[in-house]
Amino acid sequence: MTRVPKNGQEDPDSQDLIALRDVGKTFSNGTTALEGLNVGVRRGEFVSILGSSGCGKTTILRIVSGLVQPSCGTVVSPVMSGVADHSVGYVFQEPTLMPWATVFGNVFLPLRIKGVGAREAASEVENALRLVGLDDVAAVYPRALSGGMKMRVSIARALVTKPKVLLMDEPFAALDEITRFRLNNDFLNLWYEFGWTVVFVTHSVFESVYMSGRILIMASQPGRIVGEISNDTGYPRGDDYRTSAKYSNLCRETSRALTRALGPEERR
Amino acid sequence: MTPSLDNDDSANVSTSRQGKHNGALLWNVSGDKIIRYLLPAVIFIIAIFMWDRIVVWNQIPHYILPGPGLVLETLIKDWTLLSHSLSNTLQITLGALAIATLGGVALAILFTLSKWMEFSLFPFAVVLQVTPIIAIAPLILIYVESTTVALLICAWIVAFFPILSNTTLGLNSSDHNLQDLFQLYAAKRWQRLLFLQVPTALPHFLAGLRIAGGLSLIGAIVAEFTAGSAGSGAGLAFRILESGYRLNIPRLFAALILISLTGIAIFLILSLVSHLILRKWHESAVMRER
Repeated sequence: MTRVPKNGQEDPDSQDLIALRDVGKTFSNGTTALEGLNVGVRRGEFVSILGSSGCGKTTILRIVSGLVQPSCGTVVSPVMSGVADHSVGYVFQEPTLMPWATVFGNVFLPLRIKGVGAREAASEVENALRLVGLDDVAAVYPRALSGGMKMRVSIARALVTKPKVLLMDEPFAALDEITRFRLNNDFLNLWYEFGWTVVFVTHSVFESVYMSGRILIMASQPGRIVGEISNDTGYPRGDDYRTSAKYSNLCRETSRALTRALGPEERR
Repeated sequence: MTPSLDNDDSANVSTSRQGKHNGALLWNVSGDKIIRYLLPAVIFIIAIFMWDRIVVWNQIPHYILPGPGLVLETLIKDWTLLSHSLSNTLQITLGALAIATLGGVALAILFTLSKWMEFSLFPFAVVLQVTPIIAIAPLILIYVESTTVALLICAWIVAFFPILSNTTLGLNSSDHNLQDLFQLYAAKRWQRLLFLQVPTALPHFLAGLRIAGGLSLIGAIVAEFTAGSAGSGAGLAFRILESGYRLNIPRLFAALILISLTGIAIFLILSLVSHLILRKWHESAVMRER
């Protein structure tokens, strides 16, 4: 990692902002979702968690965000469970918008919960929408938007509280490739500008290599981290990087590591 | 955004009727709508006409089956009497619907706030719902002194359950990811109720309201039948009983038609209200462009 976040006043090499030590999670039905998990994420880092469906990627995000309590281990996270904390934004795989509210109403929601009035929040909401490239759809209902635009609204909603940490759960997985590339670029540029700490869950090798500075590779049953690949290519990355030999080599390397991580059954 | 089909309907009809071969596509576009409105109207007119013919051809006396003309005549002639009864029945129906709506929604919100409340009270609601009102009505009329209040209670018992059960279902169907989001932002209980659960429940509630509208009329009529109260408080059900005893069958039919029309009007008004509330966002009310 060569990049130093622009808004980070503290030393970027200081303690991890997010740290999971020996974390395990066993659900009440007996399935072990996570076992012996050790993850550290530094301030301003863009970390991808790469793994097949159902390997416990989402559970990691839910533990970090305080939505789920781990069965064992310790968690250091900016979120204290049950305490109002707007320094973390969460983006789901689906846009998860409220169909009865306009785009404005959806992006306004976190501030509304915080107790901010609509008038005071208006400029913040407009800012967040402008960041994701949607300035003219504030009065539109979500059903009139395309999948990519809905996802942009969902990201704007996560950004409206000016978070320091963004937890993203396969946010672009349901989009077509063209839209996905565009959103990858736009989001990466925003990250470069604002220097959030991002934990990005994905099952796409290409996306993880393109976006992140570090890739954690997960194996399933039980979910655990079996490999780590760093990508020291500097930012901003653009379409030039996507077509470079460096990129394809790293994709190959990552892909091999992922294949090794998958069990023999899944490899077939 | 909205399709401009409405304006083109008449034009399309004439084209498609003139030349079936080249108008097939146009007929497909506008045909659905025409068939939807035209067909029932034609069938209805034929049915009325057949009713009239059957009475005339078979020389059926009017105290057994009056023709449609006589029924209409009676409706106009007895309008003062019938309109008074209609207004009484309407008062009971709408009063019961209002109480059922308030009570059903309040109870549903109470249930969603406290599982203990739901566990303790829901069985009673089911018992009230599954026991036929006609069996309980005589008891209510004995225990409650004021007939009006007794009628209201009967109609309310019939009407409140669909609102209660639909609203409860709606309040419990909010999106799991949105629930997580509310938890993440540490929303208070009332915020989750107001910003998430109530809007989610709205379409369910409105569907329940439409059912309850019809049921409150049925409840009011059944209660009136059981009460059989004459005088200034007499509703349409009493007019039917009275006309039956006096073999005044045309008036019986007139009262019957008024009850039907009331039911249709309630359904249409509630459907319109539901459409107006949901038209901007809910799949059931939004028109798709084709």
